Amino acid sequence: MALTDRSLRVVLYEGSGANPLDADLRLAAMNALLERGFAVTRAGAGRPLAPADDAPLLVLGRWAEGRPPSVEADAKVRWGSPDPATVADQAEAARAEFAAPAPGAWKPWFPVIDYDRCTNCMQCLSFCLFGVYGVDDGKRIQVQNNDHCKTNCPACSRVCPEAAIMFPKYKAGPINGDVVSDSDLNREKMKIDISALLGGDVYSLLRDRSERARSRFSKERDSDKALAERQKCLTKLAALAGDIPAEVLMSLPSPEEISRKAAEAAAKAEAARAAQAAPNA
Amino acid sequence: MSDSPSASPTAPALLYCHCQYAQVLPPEVKAAVLRHLCERELPFEAVADLCELSARRDPSLKRLASAGPIKIAACFPRAVKWLFAAAEAPLAQATTEVLNLRTRSADEIVASLASGELHPNLPEGKVSPDDAPKPREAGPSAPDPS
Repeated sequence: MALTDRSLRVVLYEGSGANPLDADLRLAAMNALLERGFAVTRAGAGRPLAPADDAPLLVLGRWAEGRPPSVEADAKVRWGSPDPATVADQAEAARAEFAAPAPGAWKPWFPVIDYDRCTNCMQCLSFCLFGVYGVDDGKRIQVQNNDHCKTNCPACSRVCPEAAIMFPKYKAGPINGDVVSDSDLNREKMKIDISALLGGDVYSLLRDRSERARSRFSKERDSDKALAERQKCLTKLAALAGDIPAEVLMSLPSPEEISRKAAEAAAKAEAARAAQAAPNA
Repeated sequence: MSDSPSASPTAPALLYCHCQYAQVLPPEVKAAVLRHLCERELPFEAVADLCELSARRDPSLKRLASAGPIKIAACFPRAVKWLFAAAEAPLAQATTEVLNLRTRSADEIVASLASGELHPNLPEGKVSPDDAPKPREAGPSAPDPS
């Protein structure tokens, strides 16, 4: 499935040829559909809507003549009832029939770059071990593999000297997209020194602790006790590393792999910087 | 079938984001705003989660961005601006107002949605969303459900 396939669009239709819906029913149907991840258009009079496109449609209504309008046989339209108890299942059936993308397969946690602030310094590319960032043909930083991002981890936004990296679902500003103030830029947390990170301070700390933990666990016979020890260790690490989730620390690669990935990321960033600096780049 | 046969061409379109996959919007604000939209005789668009659509570069964002004047009830204007831009669906600076469900009260949001007036508030910057790098041809890799 290509990621740019068109999603199913559900229409609560109350226009010509259909009877109006009761407000409570409309709200219940809307909630049921949104909570299953579907996009819904409430059609009617009084305001414009976004123009139609060729997305597959599921049109839900109470038809005045007991049946829906007729459409061309090949139209990507299905008809249904706005019964709140069944709307989500109707939508899922239509989605499957049209092979439209399934919503909710992945928690959408990924960096969003504010290009008003980004200076293309490549610190995020240098920092990220998970291959989230890359550069476009013009050597501008961009998010290339957003699904590689570690859920709830905002670490790369903390190394950005311009606070240009947002995670809209983060709890606090400016990482969540709130206005960036001068004090944000001066705040100690925002000013993690990238050279210190890549030079080993935090990574080496993580590696050392991870190695010690591995060594200890290898001698453990009680797996529950070993897990408890690991969690205790990771809790301490998470506190040291700010708000980096324990799951991220748990999934850190081996020390050798970290070194290799860090070197690769640094080389990619350096190549991008060099290309920027070249006169004919 | 027309979506809105007698819609006023001057009133802004309305878009509501349910932020389904995170608990960062106050639930009472979301509930009140959605109830208001459903009780009024207003056509509107609702999406489960703008972030998901942006991550997938879903073509529906281009449809929504091309709606003309629009009020978007979602989160911070800076985030909304660049979520759309990331999907190659830049919002028009002069005709987009973002109502922040994270910071404003339900009453404020409802009053603004009910009003036909538009107060554009996307952050102005050194570049337009059109200047953002274009995604690679192949697009992002498939999300990993794990």
